[in-house]
Amino acid sequence: MTTTELADRPVIMAENLVKRFGSFVANDHLNFNVEKGEIFGFLGANGAGKTTAIRILCGLSKPTSGKIMVAGYDVYTQTEKIKKHIGYMSQRFSLYEDLTIAENFRFYGGIYEMRPQNIKQVTAEMLSKLEISNLANTIIASLPLGIRQKLAFSVAIMHRPEIVFLDEPTGGVDPITRRQFWEMIYEAAASGITVFVTTHYMDEAEYCDRVSIMVDGRIEALDTPANLRKTYNAAGMNEVFLMLARKAKNTD
Amino acid sequence: MSEFSVECRDISKRYGATQALNQLSFSVKKGEIFGFIGPDGAGKTSLFRILTTLLLPDGGSASIEGLDVVNDYRALRKILGYMPGRFSLYQDLTVEENLRFFAGIFNSDINENYPLIADIYNQIAPFASRRAGKLSGGMKQKLALSCALIHKPVVLILDEPTTGVDAVSRREFWEMLIRLKKEGITILVATPYMDEAGLCDRVALIQHGKILATDTPEAITKSFRWDLFKIKSAGKLEVMRALATFNGIHSADMFGEFIHASATPGATNAGEISRFITSLGFENAEVEAASPDIEDCFIDLMSHDNH
Repeated sequence: MTTTELADRPVIMAENLVKRFGSFVANDHLNFNVEKGEIFGFLGANGAGKTTAIRILCGLSKPTSGKIMVAGYDVYTQTEKIKKHIGYMSQRFSLYEDLTIAENFRFYGGIYEMRPQNIKQVTAEMLSKLEISNLANTIIASLPLGIRQKLAFSVAIMHRPEIVFLDEPTGGVDPITRRQFWEMIYEAAASGITVFVTTHYMDEAEYCDRVSIMVDGRIEALDTPANLRKTYNAAGMNEVFLMLARKAKNTD
Repeated sequence: MSEFSVECRDISKRYGATQALNQLSFSVKKGEIFGFIGPDGAGKTSLFRILTTLLLPDGGSASIEGLDVVNDYRALRKILGYMPGRFSLYQDLTVEENLRFFAGIFNSDINENYPLIADIYNQIAPFASRRAGKLSGGMKQKLALSCALIHKPVVLILDEPTTGVDAVSRREFWEMLIRLKKEGITILVATPYMDEAGLCDRVALIQHGKILATDTPEAITKSFRWDLFKIKSAGKLEVMRALATFNGIHSADMFGEFIHASATPGATNAGEISRFITSLGFENAEVEAASPDIEDCFIDLMSHDNH
């Protein structure tokens, strides 16, 4: 492959992704690509199969069948390579609460085999951007949730992954911090990091370049928010979501 | 008898250096749905734990149905239904065993008040013999609500029942609450979702242990201090940042596909803003005057409070 081809290939390619648990089909022939630098919203009701698909894309679980490549690596045989080239952040757990901010950066930087000098530099840059350089030696447990979530995102992209998976990153966060968080997402995407994000806030679906909506293990819709609103003749993404998700049988 | 079910005066609570609740005062009328709207860490759970007699306040007083939360806690516990934010039923008991257990604690049985929960419980009845720990999130939520209601409480206190729940299940949950309200139950509900404010009779917006505003959702949006403009334009982030510096504009924030810009009343208009956006190099922006929603108000009150 030439360099241009490398730059142009989608960061995620999923062809007929199927995952079965016994007789239950959690992911039923999913087909989608995610392009470099794109903000891709991965929506669906509870129980629609989102978590199953994310686990496969992160190399944590093997699909039953289908051809799936993440960051150019195969999800069947190259899971360790995938893990090195992605970042991950969830609402529930990301940072070690009894370590300081600097220690968390050092720990995660170490896991991603960054050089100590590089870790120091990235940590200083990211803290200065968040205007919390003075808090480097503060333990996470004593920080407000808003700052923690912004830090967790910074840590998830400190090794410059090709793609970062964000699983409900803004749950329970105040409305001002939620918006600041999305500005960070925009900046990361503009710098070439692909963003794969799930959310229950439908206004955030509007911030994505493209959105897929899963219902009962299938991708029921995939398009830009503007096109989805047009297709479903809806005033907003909330309406689109309710129309599609109401059909679900596997609700939880 | 008082028209109020819950009366709270200057309730404070501190954990070490953290002032979790800072002299909160409010009253909840009998039979209303009263929402506490605010982000994680605002103090909602501490307040609910005080109201449910599980935590002692450092200062202030609170009573529910005339019973003091400190002195009358035994009597008060009999008339309260409480659904904590974290799933707190017995994971290794079945659905039906949990329900029977909670009815038993209140010297009742499942049949006595079954009609009250029939609507909700019927949806999980097919799984009556499944262990609670093996239920999906939505089913756990319905079981927890059934258990909180099985002794027919006078007041129901729900701590973030819809957090992490998808938009469809959220809407169904609120439909259940509105049916319970019709049974005469007073409902206090905490939520981080601003869009749920409109489903409450009255709300308290809460942040950093303080109440920013208490009123009906309509009155709160009516008291917004600025002119509001709804803007749709290419180059959203760039336009938003530039707008914040434009004459008369107080703030500019992302709201889904739109930018909401608040301005000093009368200081500017849609035409002016539209020309400004054109001058930035973005043609065909749509700008119109709009009414604020609860989230606009919350953001404004929050930034006001921070300064």
